[in-house]
Amino acid sequence: MSLARRPLLAWLVVGAAGFVAVPWYALPDSVFALAWVPRIADKAASPALLQVFAHGRAWLAPLGLLLVAGAALLAPGVSRSVRARALIGIGAAGFAYGFAQGFAIGPTGWSYEWLAAALPPPSTGQYGMGLGALSVVTSFGMLFSLGLAGRGYFKGDAFVAASVVGVAALVVAFTFFPVLRILVSALQDGSGAFSPAALPERLFREKIWGLGCVTGATRCGVAWNTLVLALLCGAGCTTLGLAFALIATRTGFTQKKLLRVLTVLPIITPPFVIGLGLILIFGRSGLVNQFLEFAFGLEPGRWIYGMHGVLLAQVFAFTPIAFLVLIGVVEGVSPSLEEAAQTLRAGRWRVFSDVSLPLMRPGLANAFLISFIESIADFGNPVVLGGNFGVLSTEIFFSVVGAQLDQGRAATLGILLLAFALGAFYLQRWALGRKVYTSLAGKGDAGLPTPLPDAVRRLCYGVALPWALLTAVIYAMALAGGFVETWGRDYTLTLRHYGKAFGIEWTPHGILWAGAAWNSFWTTIKLSAIAAPATAAIGILAAYLLTRQKFLGQNAFEFGAMLSFAIPGTVIGVSYILAFNVPPVEITGTALILIVCNVFRNMPVGVRAGIAAMSQIDRSLDEASTTLGARGFTTLRTILLPLLKPAVVAALVYSFVRSVTTLSAVIFLVSAEYEWATTYIINRVINGDYGVAIAYSSVLIVLMLVVIGAIQWAVGERRLGRRGAGVSAAGAGQLGVGTA
Amino acid sequence: MKAASIEFRQVTKRYGEVTAVAGVSFVIGAGTLVTLLGPSGCGKTTILRMLAGLELPSSGTILIGGEDVTTRAAAERDVSMVFQSYALFPHMTVLENVRYGLVVSGLGKPDADARAHAALSTVGLTGLDARLPSELSGGQQQRVAVARALVLEPSVLLFDEPLSNLDARLRRQMREEIRDLQQRLALTVVYVTHDQAEAMAVSDRIIVMDRATIAQEGAPRELYEQPRNAFVAGFMGDANRVHGVLTRRDATHADVRLGPVTLTLPHAGVPDGECEVAIRPEAIDLRHEGAAPLPATVKKASYLGQLMEYTLDTPIGTLFVISTAVDRPLAVGAAIGVALASHGVVVIPAAPGNA
Repeated sequence: MSLARRPLLAWLVVGAAGFVAVPWYALPDSVFALAWVPRIADKAASPALLQVFAHGRAWLAPLGLLLVAGAALLAPGVSRSVRARALIGIGAAGFAYGFAQGFAIGPTGWSYEWLAAALPPPSTGQYGMGLGALSVVTSFGMLFSLGLAGRGYFKGDAFVAASVVGVAALVVAFTFFPVLRILVSALQDGSGAFSPAALPERLFREKIWGLGCVTGATRCGVAWNTLVLALLCGAGCTTLGLAFALIATRTGFTQKKLLRVLTVLPIITPPFVIGLGLILIFGRSGLVNQFLEFAFGLEPGRWIYGMHGVLLAQVFAFTPIAFLVLIGVVEGVSPSLEEAAQTLRAGRWRVFSDVSLPLMRPGLANAFLISFIESIADFGNPVVLGGNFGVLSTEIFFSVVGAQLDQGRAATLGILLLAFALGAFYLQRWALGRKVYTSLAGKGDAGLPTPLPDAVRRLCYGVALPWALLTAVIYAMALAGGFVETWGRDYTLTLRHYGKAFGIEWTPHGILWAGAAWNSFWTTIKLSAIAAPATAAIGILAAYLLTRQKFLGQNAFEFGAMLSFAIPGTVIGVSYILAFNVPPVEITGTALILIVCNVFRNMPVGVRAGIAAMSQIDRSLDEASTTLGARGFTTLRTILLPLLKPAVVAALVYSFVRSVTTLSAVIFLVSAEYEWATTYIINRVINGDYGVAIAYSSVLIVLMLVVIGAIQWAVGERRLGRRGAGVSAAGAGQLGVGTA
Repeated sequence: MKAASIEFRQVTKRYGEVTAVAGVSFVIGAGTLVTLLGPSGCGKTTILRMLAGLELPSSGTILIGGEDVTTRAAAERDVSMVFQSYALFPHMTVLENVRYGLVVSGLGKPDADARAHAALSTVGLTGLDARLPSELSGGQQQRVAVARALVLEPSVLLFDEPLSNLDARLRRQMREEIRDLQQRLALTVVYVTHDQAEAMAVSDRIIVMDRATIAQEGAPRELYEQPRNAFVAGFMGDANRVHGVLTRRDATHADVRLGPVTLTLPHAGVPDGECEVAIRPEAIDLRHEGAAPLPATVKKASYLGQLMEYTLDTPIGTLFVISTAVDRPLAVGAAIGVALASHGVVVIPAAPGNA
């Protein structure tokens, strides 16, 4: 059966059900709770068909007519090519019209003045799209895909066509649309009217670009703060990362495995834990201040707060990432080149300075830029340790959440931050794309790495080891802080904070989750557990499309799929608020927006993992499957997925962990009902309630360690005969790299 | 099995700026084995992949069994393929690999197993059902790959350089088996290779490809003995190309002057005047000095066991010669005479800019 009519029928049924049987608009409670069933004739809960005839929303009628037209194509007499062409037309028209009417008509009639001026006002308004609308536009999207496949696009494979259209639509909706919305917001004045003059006026303020701190009188603008902090952080992380990498690969250091542990830390640690640890050591009631007061009678000060504190925390937090990048680079320098230099009479120092170091240069640039990007995107450490020192990410947050409530300002700052991030990202691509010197040939390169010159080696040890020790101390403090009464004043051991956060009481009615943290804890775990499979699925699917298929616009598709990686979390957060608190997609304050946000923020990781794993599987395997009669979906399910299992698991774990420990984006999106673990903790920190915050953070870190450990143990070293399937869960660590 | 014919009509495949296949047309009769032969990058594999549905043509029409399948997906075509790498699924056993196509198309397990066993015994491989591909030798993997393709009883079976991963001895055995299988089951087989000897050994007909177009099509003997141009002459075996002048023609033959010698050869439509002549190494008879019209000096001589290879200096140029007279070798520097046999000497058009 060519251009199978069965999928067409199935998607038409979905569309029809969405049109006649399910509420068209979003309901206050979940549509799956079925509370709407008795009220289906109500204006708020009616399906589209009733909306058209009973509630005066005639503009929905064309969608129904298009569905009928689609059904007519099921007639047996219709030729293959006519059906395909018609499906493309009907699908595109229905999809476009479905969204166009949603944008055009809002709660109070026409959404745009030029529409109101040109057309008579609609008889009534409308709200955000619900399950009915979603089913119908999805159905049209799929009809469009079936048509494309029928015309021979995507090699005639309907599953591939539908996947490309589906993933592209999702990326446009949840990455491009919010970013576009933030750009538009920056061009609007306080009342929402279009005013392009507002942008430069907002963008070139003293508060953003001021250089008062240079002359000493006032503070500098947040843009300068952000840039200077990021430059220093990049330099610090790169230096330390290089020292660690040299120790790990070019010395006889015996505890190399311990260094590897370093690389897992940033993945499992919520972003502000380092800041918290620093406060416990250097803060007003921290160990250092107390010692100074005790020994010299010095008044405890708040001197850790400010740029140097944030910088310190960021360098602690992001050095492991630089290390991970640089260890690959250092290992990639071909020993035979160094040996060649030695045979040409160069001493150790000359070998290092003339050969090894220049060969690492592109890698150093990469590590620097990655640390730079991490720094400007960081929200947790500046908010905990910044004090009066503001950076873009915190300013964005306070202009939305604080008393200012200035969305235009938030949008403007967001654009600026986005521009910095994309600029650095572009530079990083450029640095990576330039001549890569590291030798990947591997074979025939039997030489031994030249030992470091003594001075360099001593320098590396001198810098890196105290730093590693301090990292260990910070983590120890962060874990220990949860077990004492009040840090700085009363060091009595107690489980009070854990009880307050995670208390459980047995009552006659069953278990009572009495602890204050349970609500946010379960929300985080539940929503992350929903988001992780979705992330992995979309990521692997996108990777499949990118590596295994060829289609028009593939480069744009890849750009879109990877774009959200370059967007700082605060920008995503702001843009989601701006984009999704008005119809047609009105999901702020729901669990859905938290899930969606995490899925699309972490998707690039899944894509990367999928691409890496798939490039190890010979393409002829899928082709063999295809010629044996299996379509794209069957091939993906029976051939690729079994071979990709380790990569799928890695993507699952990684997206779950990232989702649990994320802060910068979700802090804009949480509500009283759906609170995130990290936002709960940060609020405790801001209130000075360190005990609970520390206890909660420790629980998260331990939980994440257990999750990663358990999965790694379960997946183990799975091998398929001679063909290693590669990428084990251990690869999860690497996934974080080259990222930001 | 219902072997089907194949037809390409003006099929073109472009990848951006690069044209991989340029307006190619040909017909392959049902139940024949046709080889696509050519150097790498000539477009032969692209043709095979378009036939399988793994690539869709940029323009043109593909018919299988008289039906237009141009835009049809690979999974919808009644075509199976044996891959160069065999592409056995590494996570499935031999039996699972062979029955995969049947299971995917909805056949029940017992029936699928029965047919898979039949296919495995057709290729002479029994008792290895539970092995993983990694536990098989190269030849066994090859057989599994063939069984997996055969089991679907496709109307067209495709082979993409199936022997290139085998050692020389096994290669001869497998090519005989493939040919035997094709004749026994009367299959339509399209076979891609860059090895001219392999192509000649297995094919009913050969399509020689050169730079995205068909250079010549015909039976193996036709291509070897009557190459239409210098490329085919050179690709179908060693050929000495010498400069000649074509004069005095009739309907089929013409006189061709090669230095001091004049031969009467089929002119094959080549116009009067400058031309080239391709001489097969075995078409050159070595005689005593003065016993033949063309004098020659032995420049190099190599002993290869079953035959001798000589390089000769002659008035018409350097000639490469194969001689089976191993027991009477010629010494380097010897002065001899050379005669040209009537077969194995072909007139081809003068290569442009090469005369």
